[in-house]
Amino acid sequence: MLHIKCPHCGMRSQNEFSYGGDATIKRPELGKEISDQDWDNFVYNRKSLRGKHWELWQHLSGCRQWIKVQRDTATHEIFKTLKANEEIS
Amino acid sequence: MTQSFRLESGGLINRDKKISFKFNGKNYYGYEGDTLASALIANGVHLIGRSFKYHRPRGFFGAGVDEPYAIVQLYRNGETEPNIKATEQELFEGLEAKSVNCWPSVNFDVGAINNFLKIFLPAGFYYKTFMWPKSFWYKIYEPFIRRAAGLGTASIKHDKERYEHKYEYCDVLITGSGPSGLASAYSAAKNGAKVILTEDKSRFGGTLLTSEVNIGNQSGKEWADSIISELKEMPNVTVKNRSQVFGYYDHNMLVMSERISDHLPKTKKFHPKQRLWYIRAKEVLISSGSIERPIVFGNNDTPGVMLSSAAKEYMKVYGVLVGKKPLIFTNNDSGYETAIEFKKNGIDPIILDTRKEPQSEIIEEAKNMNINIKNSYVVVAAQGYKKVKSADIAKISDNKEELGSIENIECDCICVSGFWTPTIHLASQSGNKTKFNEDIDAFVPGISKQNEKTLGAANGIYTLEETLKDSFEQGNQLSKKITNNENKVSFPNVVEKKSTVHDKFWCVPLPKGKNYKRFLDFQNDVAVSDIEIALKEGYRSIEHVKRYTTLGMATDQGKTSNLNGLQLVSKIENKVVPAVGHTTFRPPYSPVSIGAIVGREVGKHSKPTRKSPMHSWHEKNNAVFVDAGVWLRPRYYKRGEENLFEASKREAKNVRTNVGVCDVTTLGKIDIKGPDAAELLNRVYTNAWLKLPVGKARYGVMLREDGIVMDDGTTTRISENHYHMTTTTAQAASVLSHLEYYLQLVWPELNVNVVSTTEQWAGAAIAGPKSREVLKKLFPKSDVTNEGLPFMGYMEGDLFGVKAKIFRISFSGELAYELNVESDNGYFMWEKIIEAGEEFGIQPYGTEALSTLRIEMGHVAGSELDGRTIPYDNSLEGLLSKKKDFIGKRSLSRKAFAAEDRQKIVGVVPLDKKTSIPEGSHLVKDSNAPLPNPKLGYISASCWSVEHDNPFSLAILKDGRNMIGEKLFVMSPLKNKVIPVEIVSSHYVDPKGERVRS
Repeated sequence: MLHIKCPHCGMRSQNEFSYGGDATIKRPELGKEISDQDWDNFVYNRKSLRGKHWELWQHLSGCRQWIKVQRDTATHEIFKTLKANEEIS
Repeated sequence: MTQSFRLESGGLINRDKKISFKFNGKNYYGYEGDTLASALIANGVHLIGRSFKYHRPRGFFGAGVDEPYAIVQLYRNGETEPNIKATEQELFEGLEAKSVNCWPSVNFDVGAINNFLKIFLPAGFYYKTFMWPKSFWYKIYEPFIRRAAGLGTASIKHDKERYEHKYEYCDVLITGSGPSGLASAYSAAKNGAKVILTEDKSRFGGTLLTSEVNIGNQSGKEWADSIISELKEMPNVTVKNRSQVFGYYDHNMLVMSERISDHLPKTKKFHPKQRLWYIRAKEVLISSGSIERPIVFGNNDTPGVMLSSAAKEYMKVYGVLVGKKPLIFTNNDSGYETAIEFKKNGIDPIILDTRKEPQSEIIEEAKNMNINIKNSYVVVAAQGYKKVKSADIAKISDNKEELGSIENIECDCICVSGFWTPTIHLASQSGNKTKFNEDIDAFVPGISKQNEKTLGAANGIYTLEETLKDSFEQGNQLSKKITNNENKVSFPNVVEKKSTVHDKFWCVPLPKGKNYKRFLDFQNDVAVSDIEIALKEGYRSIEHVKRYTTLGMATDQGKTSNLNGLQLVSKIENKVVPAVGHTTFRPPYSPVSIGAIVGREVGKHSKPTRKSPMHSWHEKNNAVFVDAGVWLRPRYYKRGEENLFEASKREAKNVRTNVGVCDVTTLGKIDIKGPDAAELLNRVYTNAWLKLPVGKARYGVMLREDGIVMDDGTTTRISENHYHMTTTTAQAASVLSHLEYYLQLVWPELNVNVVSTTEQWAGAAIAGPKSREVLKKLFPKSDVTNEGLPFMGYMEGDLFGVKAKIFRISFSGELAYELNVESDNGYFMWEKIIEAGEEFGIQPYGTEALSTLRIEMGHVAGSELDGRTIPYDNSLEGLLSKKKDFIGKRSLSRKAFAAEDRQKIVGVVPLDKKTSIPEGSHLVKDSNAPLPNPKLGYISASCWSVEHDNPFSLAILKDGRNMIGEKLFVMSPLKNKVIPVEIVSSHYVDPKGERVRS
């Protein structure tokens, strides 16, 4: 079971969180023209990375905040966690 | 019966307390502190079971967790448990155990014929022998193999015992209470670290209990006792015996099973049988010691052949002799320690040492005691069937390949020592890259991945002084890092006898003309010849060899066999052992009972049960409940002898003609507040929300970004910046997360807060042509006329002193209202509705009638919004705003979603107007078409239309809009039904929607 540092609550067990996918995907702006290809990239196309990966988790059974977690998908090592409004650097 | 193998004195057992027990129906007794194994050996019982494949007689091989043979079916307090290791099971009054894997009895075992058929049971025999004919597998081969080869029998009764889970955090977790565990725990504890020290056995001390050493002028055991009693007094230390850390998971989480009551005749009141600990440790010190490994020779599975360390432990801990004419077969000094112990107890052992001229302090001591030592000697084969009677021994050449002439010497046990294998399971599970240590011919931990360090014998350090020094230091260093505190412990004076190097000899060659079985894996009957076959047949990877031959599988997981297996593979393959590599160590280290893993999550505790505030009313009124997620909802209210079909028809009919009331508390409710609330709704829902006036409700559909319908429901504007959203019961949680996602990550600029209020409000739907009459009685002061409270209107009312929200919304398609009151007032509200409705013939209705009403009305629900349909498919395209963008809108313009012949919801009526249509059936054009018959659509929901008094279903049908009036077939191969049907509009009742507005 992973141990995830919620930026709001501190170290918490994985079973308080739910996974939310790639954190680097940005939703296209509302009402803006967008090509089929770009839209498909936003909705469907994801890399299945081996290694460092920024991903979203929600602290569902805690503060309910969505957070960004940099995790190694192969080793489960967690390098960094950010609040929803903090930019991935 | 006398205990003929019990020593007059000695051991750590309590001789004042006799304990009686039964094995295979016979009565015996032992002493408090015995294991089942030690008590049986004391009583001269050496035959305990039959082997897995050949049903060869099985005795005892070890004295603990590594035991491959002595597996029993245990009976305790009316319950039975399979595959218990007799070497681990502590004796308690009234214990009963039986042999497994033998029939009709351990002494006369029919399956032993396999021993003579062994030529037909080679490696991979499951895969080869029983392949043909195919139809024989399920009926003949598999049941036969299972019966013949099974271990114990699991109980099919409900387990009455209680198992608990516990979560714990600590600075340093130390697994094992041998010298390294005690020393590191002591120095870490002295620095103020929060320490958990665990021990698998009942007694602390590990090898200190059996070795002849002196620490600080105390014996090993005295020193261990003093350290443990001091640790137990320290508030920052938890010391746990009978507790095995069996798994090392991610982020330094380890799992331990604590056997709290297994050693007692009966679990104490309010105590669990076992407790599973989830321990998150900052640092982990693995002090799990090492396991002696066997030397492989002919018939080395005969009862009486056992590990030399086990023989010593039986003497020193239990005061039990494993034999009276022992033969010690060793390639290192450990065998001498066992021989010396025999000698001290008045027994004359013979030592066969594979080494030519070894010299050390221990060997010197043995010589001084006049122990018969034969150098460069090996055991070629054990003789005897149910117990060792003699041994064929021979001199072995310096290159270890040639045997001298065979001599036969009498003996009743053969104690084997092939040196020591570090227990690296936990380190390996943690991700540690293990490395091969040439000096000890075994793998040891290498580079750590997590915060773990391995100490002492588990790390291949076999001298006490070095172990203690290293362990005191590691405990000190690690804890100092955490507590910033240092109280250095003074290092005690250590006296131990020096030993010399071992001989890397592990397998005795076969003598000419003999074909003895030489076993590697004792539990699974894997012999040298089986590995040879597997390699000959082309298996190369050690993981494949393992699975093909079953080497290292089953309940002992090869604790005594793995390394010898690797030695053999590397020898045949002409590789070094590290090039062959070891198989993956997976948790659990040793079997854990399923009960402990499940914990308290059994029966009603397996998931929470959510009940509405009106639940007790439903119970009193004969409701039959159905699970709706974790909610319990009334499915129907049984009257007299009614069945589900009759009751739901009555309830639905009553809604259409009079008035009904339904508990809708389970609907998800989300409170939405903030100046940008309308903007949020406008982006989340497909229709327009910016102009919804205060006091009005609106139906909305929300999509996922891929255009698939996520959920539907009504949202009401309570006040300027305050909305009340409802979701379906099933999607309540995911809709909240969905909104939070967009508010926190995508549009943080929106000034809106959302919170779930599902549990805060009790809800009741009052539906039917007479519902307004009921409402008038409930709210005499409010104007609930069609003008005062029109369709999709909202108002607050005073329900006899209770504040109520009144929504004029309808799922049934009738004139209907939904009342919400604070949960505490739910029961009151419900009683008042029933009371007020009595004169209008009100009846409560359950989910079955609710479904009927919505299906014949063509209202979609979860079975249509199933994660595969877009708005068009559900005839909800009218709700798609053309003017604004919303979540998922862009996806709807994709080709497949805009296809001309896109699937659409339709109604389905059987031509005979009688035959019920099974949900999930397929719609096809030609019922006789060859399979696979092209599917045009599927039945999503079925009911008996109370309006038309015939079956009616909803279906999602390809090109549905052009199919109205077509005749198709419904096919259900599951129910073996073919039903000719007509496709009709999905709005089977009141297609113009006049009733809801009446």
